[in-house]
Amino acid sequence: MALYETRRRRNAAAVTMSVGATLFGLTWLVVILGVLLWKGFSGLSLDVFTHMTPPPGAAGGLLNPIVGSLVLTFIAVAIGTPLGILAGTYMAEYGRYDRLTTVVRFINDILLSAPSIVVGLFVYEIMVARMGHFSGWAGAVSLAVIVVPVVVRTTEDMLTLVPDTLREAAASIGLPRSLMIRKIAYRAAQAGMVTGVLLAVARISGETAPLLFTALNNQFWSLDLNAPVASLPVVIFQFALSPYKDWQDLAWTGALIITLAVLALSIVARTLAAQGKSS
Amino acid sequence: MSVATITVPTVSHTPASAGDLTKKISIRDLDFFYGDHRALRSINVTLYQGKVTAFIGPSGCGKSTLLRILNRMYDLYPNQRAAGHVRLDNDDILAPSQDLNLLRAKVGMVFQKPTPFPMTIYENIAFGIRLYERLPKAELDDRVRRALERAALWDEVKDKLGANGLSLSGGQQQRLCIARTVAVQPEVILFDEPCSALDPISTAKIEELMDELKDDYTIAIVTHNMQQAARVSDFTAFMYLGELVEFGETTRIFTNPKDRRTQDYITGRFG
Repeated sequence: MALYETRRRRNAAAVTMSVGATLFGLTWLVVILGVLLWKGFSGLSLDVFTHMTPPPGAAGGLLNPIVGSLVLTFIAVAIGTPLGILAGTYMAEYGRYDRLTTVVRFINDILLSAPSIVVGLFVYEIMVARMGHFSGWAGAVSLAVIVVPVVVRTTEDMLTLVPDTLREAAASIGLPRSLMIRKIAYRAAQAGMVTGVLLAVARISGETAPLLFTALNNQFWSLDLNAPVASLPVVIFQFALSPYKDWQDLAWTGALIITLAVLALSIVARTLAAQGKSS
Repeated sequence: MSVATITVPTVSHTPASAGDLTKKISIRDLDFFYGDHRALRSINVTLYQGKVTAFIGPSGCGKSTLLRILNRMYDLYPNQRAAGHVRLDNDDILAPSQDLNLLRAKVGMVFQKPTPFPMTIYENIAFGIRLYERLPKAELDDRVRRALERAALWDEVKDKLGANGLSLSGGQQQRLCIARTVAVQPEVILFDEPCSALDPISTAKIEELMDELKDDYTIAIVTHNMQQAARVSDFTAFMYLGELVEFGETTRIFTNPKDRRTQDYITGRFG
């Protein structure tokens, strides 16, 4: 009985500590979101989505960085996703037992946790320095470098979760491996793989460091990818550091927009993942 | 110790006389290796056309390994190797030049766990057919229907062919897998413990099915269930520790085994 009592007390202590830790973490999250809503919501108006970034003291919006961010993100995903899916497919399907896969997985994990500023410097060196100017392309490439390892990882993980029995069943009716992957394995892993891409989008939509060295910023409307392109994170960075009150307010609004967008993406990703599990 | 004390379930199969048997798959001096481990030792056995051959034996004796050689399923994994002679009619199954996809179209397989593809019931069947033939829609529908009828599943699914194959019950899923295998029109069907995940009613249905299928196909079944082996098979092979201990007509193996180990196993003295 004494043993049982001790175990109960230990259990109570452990539960208290884990609930406490959870509450501690959640508190800060709520505080951050609260401040963001408080400071950013007041500036949220139609003007934000229809006007360009203003000079200090004038009225304006965030149209050019919003569009810039969308364009950069789209191109980065368009470059990074096929690369990531193909590499993940190789690792999970063709080269599952190869030494090369182990090496690639190791390097991919390093890339996954590499500080994004290093990625920015790398792309600066190979693109910006060579081309002689900052550009939207360089920004998109640096974001793509961040997308690739995320997609590689989730693709490999999701395909590895597809049971071997399904592969054997496909092989047992004489299905060639390439068809098995496209028609069976991808279909079984679909939800997880899409979730991976959405998570990658969420990850890059807040990245500032790699863009500072590559796409830089642009106060004006520009869709020329050979020139600097504005993006939300960089505008937030610049405006938040500025001494002007109206710029600071716009930075808060921009931060709120990114946060809400990422939140929406995460919810979509979660829902998809949950559907994938239940189907 | 007398063998006569075993209760043998009704074996309705008429013992085939050696004369009217055609060899479908002949296995000679077959060894199999997982890396350095020799899992099968000099196996010699023949599967006869239109007959059901059961492989029985304790876990780890190599019966599933043997089955997976017949469609070269082991080729999906590294460090697995077979040596010896395995012929399907006059075709050398183990030949390096063997086209595995064509081989597997001829030698179909049904697995322990039902493995429907993540697609509709209709597509589960049509998918395999389309691999080999381009058929007009009406003809494809007809083939899907016949495959499902053959697997005694048609009546249960005819109104929901568009439903996901995974929404069926375990027993239905297994019959869907049989239908999928049959649809490709193989010559041989391998059953790897097809009922071990199923309830008794589903098991009975699948056993019935096997009895009907053997008119058109040569069947090999691995089973842990000796009653099942006795019920469904014409020939039985008893395997132990990677060796084929005894092979013969099922009636004889279950009533008059020659080897002491076979006798001990079928009377439940070890397993």
